[in-house]
Amino acid sequence: MAGLELLSDQGYRLDGRKATELRKVQARMGVFAQADGSAYLEQGNTKALAVVYGPHEIRGARSRALHDRAIINCQYSMATFSTAERKRRPHGDRKSTEMSLHLKQTFEAAVLTQLYPRSQIDIYVKILQSDGGNYSVCVNAATLAVIDAGIPMRDYVCACTVGFVDETSLADLCYAEESGGVSSLALALLPRGGQIALVQMDARLHQDHLDTLIEAAMTACKGVSKVLDQVVRQHLQEGSTLRE
Amino acid sequence: MKETPLSACERDFILKAIEEKKRLDGRQTYDYRKIKISFGTDYGCCFVDLGQTRVMAQVSCELVAPKESRPNEGIMFFNIELSPLASPAFEQGRQSELSVKLNRQLERCLRNSKCIDTESLCVVSGEKVWQIRVDVHMLNNDGNLMDASSIAAIAALCHFRRPDVAVQGEEVTVYSPEERDPIPLSIYHMPISVSFSFFQQGTYLLVDPCEREERVMDGLLMIAMNKHREICSIQSSGGIMLLKEQVMRCSKIASVKVSEITELISKALMNDKTARKAGGRCGFAESMPQERITALKVDETPVETADVTEKASSIIKEAEAPPPTAPSPVVPVPGVGQVGLGLQNTWGVEEEEELEEFSSGDDVEEVTKMEEDERKNTKGDVVEISDSEEEEVVILHPEKPQKAENVKSSFHQKGAPSSKKKTKQKP
Repeated sequence: MAGLELLSDQGYRLDGRKATELRKVQARMGVFAQADGSAYLEQGNTKALAVVYGPHEIRGARSRALHDRAIINCQYSMATFSTAERKRRPHGDRKSTEMSLHLKQTFEAAVLTQLYPRSQIDIYVKILQSDGGNYSVCVNAATLAVIDAGIPMRDYVCACTVGFVDETSLADLCYAEESGGVSSLALALLPRGGQIALVQMDARLHQDHLDTLIEAAMTACKGVSKVLDQVVRQHLQEGSTLRE
Repeated sequence: MKETPLSACERDFILKAIEEKKRLDGRQTYDYRKIKISFGTDYGCCFVDLGQTRVMAQVSCELVAPKESRPNEGIMFFNIELSPLASPAFEQGRQSELSVKLNRQLERCLRNSKCIDTESLCVVSGEKVWQIRVDVHMLNNDGNLMDASSIAAIAALCHFRRPDVAVQGEEVTVYSPEERDPIPLSIYHMPISVSFSFFQQGTYLLVDPCEREERVMDGLLMIAMNKHREICSIQSSGGIMLLKEQVMRCSKIASVKVSEITELISKALMNDKTARKAGGRCGFAESMPQERITALKVDETPVETADVTEKASSIIKEAEAPPPTAPSPVVPVPGVGQVGLGLQNTWGVEEEEELEEFSSGDDVEEVTKMEEDERKNTKGDVVEISDSEEEEVVILHPEKPQKAENVKSSFHQKGAPSSKKKTKQKP
């Protein structure tokens, strides 16, 4: 991808955004009546659907039950039509399992599991259209779904993928930027305390740039948290007005 | 097989020791265990010992058709095997969470960082490329498998030689190692992963956790870097919350460690190269140290044996006779049963008051003078079982102060009938 200029001289990216601009976020909560909590989130062209069941009794292996808190069970899958080439194995391959583990780890840190001993919370996320930043969009969608389910959390969990090109940090990467060999960092943050729930980075980046990159990621996550907050408040408002 | 659960006291012990900056094997917080790298007879075979953790990496190559999206690049394939050979906790065949995690981390560390020039692996664009396969097997698990695997994988890749290929028009000739010397892979840099374990919600940090420390840790942060201070991969796992400062500090520590380890790998490769050139025997069998005891030397401590007999006899004279033992529990007062053996009373203050009361009253009990002295020393030994003040209560104390467990050598006897019993019991 040598021909693609990820950051032009005027500071515009491939899709016309500036370096610190996030993609447009559109979200809706409570999409399914069957599930305890559900949410649909679009970030640019990446679309994800998250569904939460729980807290409920542990299904299957009783031995997995923890006596003092709930276990979180995550499953990440991509629809076969989500990528440019049809995906042969939507779940069960290594990348999906790894992503499920990361999601589980992120939410174990954020959800107040001590309130529900010996129970299980299921989070299912599906990517309907993948255009970069899969992990971040999943985390944001799952946060909304968990809030919709009424499960208490320490704080919003916001995630963003940032990249580093030409001494500048690009916030919220799209697929073309991600595959262009840019060093990308995915960060899941609890904005109020500035605590990092998960940090994941690929590709080479000099140590001196790490500080700026993490700072950029944290700022982007805080921006995402504002948007999510707005979405939640609007949803509650709609819900309360309808009841009247 | 299910892992043996870690007991609560062992967990507390390890955590407490970490709070005091002490580790089980005496290392400092930022110290690595002893790393030993050795190579096998074939090119591309590497063994790494990280303390007791042992892993083996083997690199092999094959000519295949390239991926459609990348027709002129070679393919890298990584595979980590966790078998019950390394630890009974690993299950045969099943892809456990740990196996997926390690596989993905190694893939990201080595593949995404582009440490190998994949374009040089192309033979005929769009038709034939080399597929390099790295298999890492765990031989013994004593914690920190990720670091050991990354060292083994990169050392094996540096050590590997692929067959030479010549392309003439449409013909492709692969030369065997006898015809032409195999050529090494072109490696840009050596990414090495460093693992940091966090304890007590991120308050304490340890580098290179051993197996026990891994069991009690809250979370793990893996940073892969090369010696040019370029970060190749960062991955946090476990449900911990980190702060930006912690991540920055870890990256600084990692850069120091990585430069040391890279030096070690280069040295090992150099040694192997010279050994092969000199025609010496190299390989796995040679690298295992012969742990034979060839000589046994015991330091002699001089012992004075001149006046042993005199010393022994004097000691015996001064010693007091051992107290006669009462094997069965003694009934203090006739008609009163006793459940359990009379243990040492640890109520301290109350006992003292009780004793003082008794010693003042003459009609209540008779206490010999010798026992009075003893009583001051052994306050806690008296167990007043009967409240009756009508009978004569004689409390005979044991001659030496005793421990609570050593009840056999102690006895509490009160009243005349008990003394009769005592005579009966004496053998």
